[in-house]
Amino acid sequence: MNVDEPAFDPAAPLTPTGNLRRRRAVSRVAESGATFAAVLAVAMLAIVVYSVVAEGASALSLDFLLGGAPDGIGPALVGTVELVLMATLIALPIGVLVAIFLVEFGGRLATPIRLALDVMNGYPSIIVGVFIFALIVEPMSSQSAIAASVALAMIMVSVVARGTEEVLRLVPDSMREAADALGVSRWRSVLTVVLPSAMGGIATATILGVARAAGETAPLILLSSNNPGVSVSLNPFEAVPNIPGTIYRLSEEANPEGFTRAWGAGFVLLALIMLANAGARVLLARSRRKMAP
Amino acid sequence: MSTAASSPLPRSAGPAARRRRDWRRSFDRFGDGALYAICALAALIAVGALALSAYEIVDHARPAIAKFGLGFLFHTEWLPNFGVFGAGVLLYGTLVSSFFALLIGAPIAISIGLYLSLLAPKGVRGVVSPLVEMLAAIPSVILGFWGIVLLAPFVQKHVEPFLHDHFGFIPLFGPPQTTGASIFTASLILTIMLIPIVASISRDLFLAVPRDVQDGASALGATRWEVVRGVVLPTAAPGVIAASLLGLGRALGEAIAVSQVIGAGEKINTSLFETGDTLAARIANQFPGAITGMHKASLYYCAAILLAIGLASNLCAQWIGRRFDYRRMATR
Repeated sequence: MNVDEPAFDPAAPLTPTGNLRRRRAVSRVAESGATFAAVLAVAMLAIVVYSVVAEGASALSLDFLLGGAPDGIGPALVGTVELVLMATLIALPIGVLVAIFLVEFGGRLATPIRLALDVMNGYPSIIVGVFIFALIVEPMSSQSAIAASVALAMIMVSVVARGTEEVLRLVPDSMREAADALGVSRWRSVLTVVLPSAMGGIATATILGVARAAGETAPLILLSSNNPGVSVSLNPFEAVPNIPGTIYRLSEEANPEGFTRAWGAGFVLLALIMLANAGARVLLARSRRKMAP
Repeated sequence: MSTAASSPLPRSAGPAARRRRDWRRSFDRFGDGALYAICALAALIAVGALALSAYEIVDHARPAIAKFGLGFLFHTEWLPNFGVFGAGVLLYGTLVSSFFALLIGAPIAISIGLYLSLLAPKGVRGVVSPLVEMLAAIPSVILGFWGIVLLAPFVQKHVEPFLHDHFGFIPLFGPPQTTGASIFTASLILTIMLIPIVASISRDLFLAVPRDVQDGASALGATRWEVVRGVVLPTAAPGVIAASLLGLGRALGEAIAVSQVIGAGEKINTSLFETGDTLAARIANQFPGAITGMHKASLYYCAAILLAIGLASNLCAQWIGRRFDYRRMATR
């Protein structure tokens, strides 16, 4: 028997050679490229979150959280809550009603309205700020919490409306038909059948809107920035201090001590927003499970 | 039986019951009308706010538009103290920083979309997907602060010298400057902001590519990459372009993070490592402290330009997306 002759290999026709080997290699390179991109994005998130936590945690203390400027962010925290709360009070009803209009009455008007909401979603927030400045601040000739909340509300509306629309569409038509068959009028069936079963989704959309509005900075720079936040102020007709504005101001000042405080404020803000996002996600998963047939 | 049903009453019902039924009917008719009216009003407010915003901004920009005309777009001097304004530098900075952000970000984001839709095991996808979306939840002011304190020095010490040494023959990669505040750093920050948007939309697009077409390609012997190149990408291409345009729109309009890292430069430089400024960042920087009426009007003019560019890219994206499939284009 000749030693040079290769042993019989039953899998030989299945082993890639030549061109196929190259194609497979290309495929493998592409796959690892895609995987690397995903790793990169997660790493980016990890790096940013890690730096905020590492640098910000040292600034945290009870005095920092409750005290006034320049040492603490208490008034700014209260101000942000006030602004976001007022914005929610404006945006939630409008957003939900727009969504009801789109799903229940829409007709031919639905397309342009949906387009407007999409445009609003991609609207630069600085433009919203400039618009509200022209609309409210200039006539009143002073910055105010109201102006800032209206701007935040304008940013929230599209988030709430699109989220609510999505979940209203998930409400099975059979429920609407059942209500119709019982002779229930349209408005009653919307208020007592459709809306209650969409509650979870509406809550999710609202939380996402709140998370988006809480971190929004550009409008606040224009509309509610001339209050240093020494003490708590809740007057809606004056500028109120707020967390994003505080971080922005401290970051422009280039003072190392201010940087520490900015990290601390950033930590608080990021923690609140991440919590809200995680909460919204859990809520969404729960209401999806409930809605599933 | 409950009395809730307003179905036809038996013939024998008395006049009282009839009256109750009639009242109820008219009340319901009123209720239907009222609900419709309220919802329509809300929709009108939302659409009206959009239209009003465009009107107000252009209206307030009128003095500057009258004085500088369209030359404002190309004029490169911005001297508030002398009443001379031109947005050339800002327009250049806006377009260049966003363009480079898209150039770096779109391929990464589309790869992430491919990974999440086609490669990742189910468990991994459930974890990575929300993490990528979380990236979009980081407030721009925090990202910008992180950018100026940590990213900019790193870029200035390591990335810029590397690019200058190896690709210095391209005029874009000039010598690094003393601080890391530059158009390049701004592009990197914008890249981080744009990736999650483009990635999550393109993931949904790829997931919607029919399974059997992909299986068909595999059955013919195509490798995974060939399936992607031959079937998945061509099918989803219009949607991916739309997603990239949406991401671009986001980058064009970002004010805060950019104003923190771009360094508020006043000149057009070929090198990306020099400072610059964008329309949005200039507004955020100077609007609260505008010194004259013309200064403010010029900032309104900048806002109007930004609005026009942003609207164009957004509407373009919607148009392409709708032609492809409007139901899948929910932007979030």
